[in-house]
Amino acid sequence: MQTYDVAENGLRGLNSTLQAQSKETNQTNWEVQNPKGSHAIAVGLDAPIEVTVKGSTGYYCAGMNQQATIKVEGSVGPGVAENMMSGTVVVEGDASQYAGATGHGGLLVIKGNASSRCGISMKGIDIVVHGNIGHMSAFMAQAGNLVVCGDAGDALGDSLYEAGLFVRGSVKSLGADCIEKEMRPEHLEVLKDLLERAGADAKPEEFKRYGSARQLYNFDIDNAAAY
Amino acid sequence: MCGIVGLFLKDRTLEPELGSMLTDMLVTMTDRGPDSAGIAIYGAESDGSAKLTVQSDSPEEDFATLAADLSEAIGADVTLRANDTHAVLEMDGAKVEQARQAVRELRPGMRVMSDGAAIEIYKEVGLPKDVAERFSVSTMGGSHGIGHTRMATESAVTTEGAHPFNTGSDQCLVHNGSLSNHNALRRKLKREGVRVESMNDTEVGAAYLTWKMQNGATLGEALESSLEDLDGFFTFVVGTKDGFGVVRDPIACKPAVMAETDQYVAFGSEYRALVNLPGIEDAKVWEPEPATVYFWSH
Repeated sequence: MQTYDVAENGLRGLNSTLQAQSKETNQTNWEVQNPKGSHAIAVGLDAPIEVTVKGSTGYYCAGMNQQATIKVEGSVGPGVAENMMSGTVVVEGDASQYAGATGHGGLLVIKGNASSRCGISMKGIDIVVHGNIGHMSAFMAQAGNLVVCGDAGDALGDSLYEAGLFVRGSVKSLGADCIEKEMRPEHLEVLKDLLERAGADAKPEEFKRYGSARQLYNFDIDNAAAY
Repeated sequence: MCGIVGLFLKDRTLEPELGSMLTDMLVTMTDRGPDSAGIAIYGAESDGSAKLTVQSDSPEEDFATLAADLSEAIGADVTLRANDTHAVLEMDGAKVEQARQAVRELRPGMRVMSDGAAIEIYKEVGLPKDVAERFSVSTMGGSHGIGHTRMATESAVTTEGAHPFNTGSDQCLVHNGSLSNHNALRRKLKREGVRVESMNDTEVGAAYLTWKMQNGATLGEALESSLEDLDGFFTFVVGTKDGFGVVRDPIACKPAVMAETDQYVAFGSEYRALVNLPGIEDAKVWEPEPATVYFWSH
């Protein structure tokens, strides 16, 4: 295993070292020491390597990830795994605002709580939160799944497109055009797989499914006064 | 942007370290705002006396005979402790309002930074490191304190525009965000007879809280009503004689992290600000909820 001490060797060096790993690298296991809340830890990776961050991070940890598996043994600041394309990001603690924002693919697991705007504008990423999520989560979410084992805050799924939302606990309020939908067997399948991969101790049957009512897709002359 | 730090000590043995801990936290937040920096520190209070912290652009001239001049004007003893561009004037607590008036008349160019039994506010244009150094903040002790580093958006980079703002005796406010209805509110407060000295949005927020409290609200109630009456983005941290409070607007896009151990409660705009605090690895660390008032007091 390779180790990298951020306090000693700096952040730029960390990212350039990790980004330099190719598909064929034999340095597949990395440990990042002393992150001390630094921003942009392990961003822009594009190799099937495993990175363990030993502590809490600041903004944009694991952003733009492709292929890599990044585990944070602490909490993360705003924008974890933002615009992730593929791979896996696991946060042992809590995540601040807009976790997984605009993510196109991969799996983001938050073992604690996520705060506001979790999964905002998600475009294919799967997000599993073991705890609760804050307000305005999955705002304008387009594709992918957001699974919440706890409760969701205000305005869940406002102006939602086609992302699937699954919440086990309560939903404080639904956003515009987000409704509860029937849970069919194919949804239970998706949920089962995601819960398993995320190591979440919850049964698919305990969840409710929410999605888009598809009323905001097109201009509606009856709503003209509202525009 | 803007960066806020706050530290409330439960463990009294840490009190001599307050200034150095706060300085370290604030300097870490430098890249959130390099324009000006300030610190409110709640230090030792002596029975019945009050402190007026004043600032002057020409301190040598202004401070030379200030204690004597002020003493004569208010008919009571005044001591002066100069600290770079600031000076702490100490006097009988009953005379402080009179002294505030007298300072205005005796030295029209000077600014009152704070008044109260415990609070001292130091703030200037410049980087946190430089501001903290010029006032030797790291040598100061106290029970709690708040620091701010500013990235100016709504008004000029000046000493008056720097935070913290004194909102009333022993109270102060720092702000990350921007208020969008501050002009209307400033006009309203003016009509109510509340002084707002600068074009700064946060000062209006501070004056709003002062006005609410003058009309009988507690600080908690004033903060609650700020959620209704202030339009814009804010994470506020307020200091009181006994403690400190935190409130975020309902959208809560301005960051905030808190940490609590048996020894302290700490606030930072980012977790980075908290990483050197003792026992942070085992602290309870969380993000304060939107539109929720938090308070800690001794």
